[in-house]
Amino acid sequence: MEILVCARRVPDTSENEIELNSAGNDIERDDLVYSINEWDNYAVEEALQIVAKVGGSVTVVTVGGEEDEEILRREMAMGAHHGVLLSDDAFAGSDGRGLATILAAFVRKGHYDLILTGVQAEDGGAQVGGMLAAMLDYPFASLVNSIQVLDGKLKVSREIAGGNKEINEIDLPCVLSIQTGINEPRYVGMRGIRQVASIPIPTPSAADLGLDPATVGAAAAKVKRVDYFVPALGKGAEMLQGSREENIDKVIELVAAKGGLK
Amino acid sequence: MARIFAYIVHKAGVADDSAAELIAAAKKIDAAASPTAIIVGHGADLDAVCSALRNSYTEVWKVAHETLAYPNAELIRRALVKVLPPGSILLAPHEHFSIDLCPGLSIKLNSAFVSDVLGIEGMEGSWLKVIRQEFGGAVSAHVRCDISAGAVVTVRPGAFKPLEGAAGNGTVVDKSSEVGAPTARRGYLETIIAESGDVDITKHAVLVSIGRGIQEKDNVGLAEELADALGAAVSCSRPVVDAKWLEKSRQVGTSGKTVKPKVYIACGISGAFQHLAGLKGSPFIVAINKNPKAPIFQVADIGIVDDLLEFLPAFTNKVREARTVSTK
Repeated sequence: MEILVCARRVPDTSENEIELNSAGNDIERDDLVYSINEWDNYAVEEALQIVAKVGGSVTVVTVGGEEDEEILRREMAMGAHHGVLLSDDAFAGSDGRGLATILAAFVRKGHYDLILTGVQAEDGGAQVGGMLAAMLDYPFASLVNSIQVLDGKLKVSREIAGGNKEINEIDLPCVLSIQTGINEPRYVGMRGIRQVASIPIPTPSAADLGLDPATVGAAAAKVKRVDYFVPALGKGAEMLQGSREENIDKVIELVAAKGGLK
Repeated sequence: MARIFAYIVHKAGVADDSAAELIAAAKKIDAAASPTAIIVGHGADLDAVCSALRNSYTEVWKVAHETLAYPNAELIRRALVKVLPPGSILLAPHEHFSIDLCPGLSIKLNSAFVSDVLGIEGMEGSWLKVIRQEFGGAVSAHVRCDISAGAVVTVRPGAFKPLEGAAGNGTVVDKSSEVGAPTARRGYLETIIAESGDVDITKHAVLVSIGRGIQEKDNVGLAEELADALGAAVSCSRPVVDAKWLEKSRQVGTSGKTVKPKVYIACGISGAFQHLAGLKGSPFIVAINKNPKAPIFQVADIGIVDDLLEFLPAFTNKVREARTVSTK
């Protein structure tokens, strides 16, 4: 099975506290650690596990610039066979629809049986996979938390409310958005990344993909982020400022008063 | 202003709570709007929902077909593309079904898409200005969306105060004949109900709940010891389940369990919406987190900025001491 995984490089929320900058209009980007979007990493692992069972190859693609190459190398170190960086100045400022347009053009240039995305990006809207499927006119399932390969189709489980699972059959080729927890992504060490450091990564442009630059990028975007802010909410928590011992005594007293120490 | 539609999610003959919230959202886009409910399904269940919706919507568009009895996003997308007038604004609740339906629908309608909206500030020319959250709720963003060619907007459940429309005797318009018998390349097989697990966290008055801040599986025992001392159960947020440190049955949140404890001790939980949505009945929330800006502190009653791995054992010891004293 030929599998394409669409991935993005995003600020890593497990490595950074995401905060507002001093101007109060963007997140603080100094010293931010970036990594592959967590959902996308699960998608790559799932693709690798499918290929290990039924054969085929895994290609990881992203839209971006030079700095985004690092996530492709990371996923290649995990075992992905190919990395592709879709890169053009015309792509800058694309909204979800723009990203899906770029990815759809790339998909049409190749042949993939299965396309995976993460359910959402840390700064995204859970949209690119569903849009891509509609553009390609492929069937789509979101929030997928298990995949079983059948003949010409897949049996997939979707995560729905309350921890319940909705089981579906879906024809190939299709697009699936992958939920975290579907598998246990393998560890990647620095050594693994060094081993793939010299593998060339193609960087197709808008022209290579046969894309009209007017259909992507900031000018075509119907959805634009204006700024970031932190809303002023109610009073918030009473923050205990004492020593650890004092704080614990206070918590025990309050918890007991609320009937929590019986 | 384009016509505004509210997509009604329903189950077993009852409309989801979002039905009344979408009226409020529509009025934030256009104060004069009287949104039209659009509802897809089959049989007596569908008719029961339509009938109830007449109390809050002046017009209810019904699309009925036996293939639509279970909500399959691909079939419903085809139906909506046939029924919705060009340039429409469609509102839907942001949940698992709309994540399946709405992004692709916006492509087929050639309209803008913005998801998981929790505030609507109004129009600026042809641009709708909304509020979203990013990075698990750590920051919010103002987003502008060009709705001149229509839009699909998904709205966070609970973000808008429900508004019962003025209706009382709304009209049901049957649109089924415009749809025919749609077909799909995806088929629903069955729903598997979550296992209840070894411990039923929905039945406990006190929960010691752990998040990513517990750092590794070996540290889960620190929370278990505290829970033992308190006579509580250990629950968790999603990252703990994803990492396989605890069973799915211990997860609190939209994709886990809904709990109603008296006391909720949130340990190293950032406080993302999907987690907090599983916490009902206004429990007394104690939050311990090393990040003073964690969103959990906005909703907690008591907050402590501390290192969990040192705080928890000290807390456990104090609880044990308190118990020894009180039983003497």
